[in-house]
Amino acid sequence: MILALDPLYLTNIGLAVVLIALLKVVLAFAIVLVAVLFMVWFERKVIADMQHRIGPNIAGPWGLFQTLADGLKLLMKEDLVPEHSNRFVFKLAPFLAIVPAFLTFAIIPIGGNFESKGGSVRIFGYDTYLQVADPPIGILLFLAMSSIAVYGVMLAGWSSGSKFPLLGSVRASAQMVSYEAALGLSVLAVILQTGSLSTHEMVADQAAGGFLGFIPNWNIIVTGFVPFLIFLIAGTAELNRPPFDLVEAEQELVGGFHTEYSSFRFAIFFLAEYLNTINMSAIIVTLFLGGPSGPVLIEGIDWAWGILWFLVKLFVFLFAFVWFRATLPRFRYDQLMDLGWKLLIPLSLGWFLFLAALNIGNDRGWNPGVVVGVTIVGGFAGGALLMAAIRTARTERISQEVDAHG
Amino acid sequence: MTTVSDQQKLSYIAAQAADARVNLEIESEGMTLNLGPQHPATHGTLRIIARIDGEQVIRADPVMGYMHRGYEKLTEVRTYPQVTTLINRIDWLGSFANEVPFILAAEKLMEVEAPPRAQWIRTILFEMSRIANVVLFLGDMAVQVGAITPVFFAFRDREHVLNQIESVTGGRFHPNFDRIGGLKDDFPKGWIDETRQVMKKMRRFCDEIEVLVMDNEIFQARTRGIGVIPADVGLSYGLSGANIRGSGVDRDLRRDNPCGLVHDQIDWKVWTHPDGDSFSRFWVRLQEVRESTGIVSQLLDSLPSGPVMAKVPRIIKVPAGEAYVETENPLGAMGYYIVSKGDLVPFRVKIRSASFSNVSITPWLLQGVYVPDIITILASLYFILGDIDR
Repeated sequence: MILALDPLYLTNIGLAVVLIALLKVVLAFAIVLVAVLFMVWFERKVIADMQHRIGPNIAGPWGLFQTLADGLKLLMKEDLVPEHSNRFVFKLAPFLAIVPAFLTFAIIPIGGNFESKGGSVRIFGYDTYLQVADPPIGILLFLAMSSIAVYGVMLAGWSSGSKFPLLGSVRASAQMVSYEAALGLSVLAVILQTGSLSTHEMVADQAAGGFLGFIPNWNIIVTGFVPFLIFLIAGTAELNRPPFDLVEAEQELVGGFHTEYSSFRFAIFFLAEYLNTINMSAIIVTLFLGGPSGPVLIEGIDWAWGILWFLVKLFVFLFAFVWFRATLPRFRYDQLMDLGWKLLIPLSLGWFLFLAALNIGNDRGWNPGVVVGVTIVGGFAGGALLMAAIRTARTERISQEVDAHG
Repeated sequence: MTTVSDQQKLSYIAAQAADARVNLEIESEGMTLNLGPQHPATHGTLRIIARIDGEQVIRADPVMGYMHRGYEKLTEVRTYPQVTTLINRIDWLGSFANEVPFILAAEKLMEVEAPPRAQWIRTILFEMSRIANVVLFLGDMAVQVGAITPVFFAFRDREHVLNQIESVTGGRFHPNFDRIGGLKDDFPKGWIDETRQVMKKMRRFCDEIEVLVMDNEIFQARTRGIGVIPADVGLSYGLSGANIRGSGVDRDLRRDNPCGLVHDQIDWKVWTHPDGDSFSRFWVRLQEVRESTGIVSQLLDSLPSGPVMAKVPRIIKVPAGEAYVETENPLGAMGYYIVSKGDLVPFRVKIRSASFSNVSITPWLLQGVYVPDIITILASLYFILGDIDR
């Protein structure tokens, strides 16, 4: 069994290969940190612009070093541990939040020539993928890491020994766990299309020629837009960003789970939050928009084009997340749960079954029209059943309430 | 020599014990969540002690008085013209409107009437302070629901109104412009045309808020059917202003009791909404800002000429007697009950402020709601802390 599919490890593994691998790790680490600095600045600037403000403009050119200054300030602050907190868990929680955030970035292909070289670039005479690791479990690593990140938030709120963080962490665990289901189901649609869990394979699959020559073969089109939308919504909820930022709803819960955190521990949470935003955008790009694949316009510097396309696509989603924050009000907790369980999960499950039926039909030679027809009928029947179930449960609950309170 | 008497000590102890008892009584089940007096959502120092079970409120008790400044007592050592400086600071977002009922009550006692032009200008500034006040609510309500942008739009456009108020009165927040028998000054040159432009801008702002906030589906989901006040309950708690009009009660003192203001001279409409929920209160206020811009424009068109000050003595002594005048202020009905013994200073002034009554409904209203709804309901009731505590 091959542990990693990178061509780098298929040659004789020597010192140079190890060094290249290390270089990639260090580079990835540096890139995400710089990206976070940039992202925080970008968010503040864009929101300021949307709100008729100027935003940071003192530290450095256009306020670019503002985040750096804020980070340094946080480092120098007093590190406070509340008296009623569970000290060990309180100190552990920030690391549970940040480590998964860093690890997720390892599986994201950020460049490579997918036109002619199968997604690899040449460094010092070695062919390699521009991603830290390409494990066979691929995208499952992302799901695993986002599950672990829940613990960071949950334990942080619980261990603070304070009420607002506790409420925040209760919301966080419920929200992140329930939206993970919708997230996973929409990832399944992509996996079905690609036939592989590896992120590199997914990009390579989307890089292949599309319809009519110019429409790209991206999963956003191939899987029919619905999984993309569900993934975007569930991803925003997973990130705890507006309009799903109930976990740290300032107007209600002061700071949410990190109310009691200060100094470097708060900085770590802050860092993890923005890392996750970048990771989520990168995952969306990888899954649905063909990652770094794109035309190589000038031969010779072919490695640069993949990175450029990746950054352009990434930027679109980073902007979208900022845009959401500037525009949308916040959901209430129960409305969020309704949206997740009663709409997103059934819809993504139904869509997944539909895609599966289409694929099987393709193999067996069924008439696609019949498949679509059956799906529509089945979808309506399932939807009606679900609605009936929800309504019955609701009437029963109301009648119980009436019985209890007269 | 003043020392604390034993009686006073006892009363302090009794007050503290009463405070502690509130905390004890609600230790029934669930968790006590203390919102305020320092909390990002309470714009001011209102404290809400909420007993919650999960995310649901079992019981909520508002605690006020963290910002009590004793204005009723302070007025007893101020001459009548000095009082307006104090009462400017009751509802600090629409300050000019605070002066009006007090001055009207004093005029009623002295039996002087301001000249027509002064009455017109008073009404114009009264309505402009309503706009300055409620516009901020329109932005703030969105913030409490979680959308951060509209409040910046509100601050941006409110600035135009404040500039106009400043150029007449010299004060942006605390005009201190109303006098017994008229006004301190007339409009400056070119003010009327500028104000017409500003009113156009405010109408545009209302359209913007309507699209940006009111039509938003999440906003509607967060406010429709939340915090419903039936008309009879609202009336029994003494609600006034847009809060009671949002419950479908057609009551507006500007139309029903036009004492000294000239709202009856022009054509305008009182807006009501039958639902009584947070959304309807927002809706009514939005319509009222629109209506106020119309009122100001109409009044500017029909502005009479003449002096802005009636003949009043240089040293104002209000004859003995009692008078109560209530007007429809931005936050609701606000009234001053003045008792005079013929001195330079009032003998006693009772201030009836709208927010105090409006907040008194919270224990009833917050029962059984979710924690996030506490914030939106409080925001939709729209109180100013200075107006509660005085």
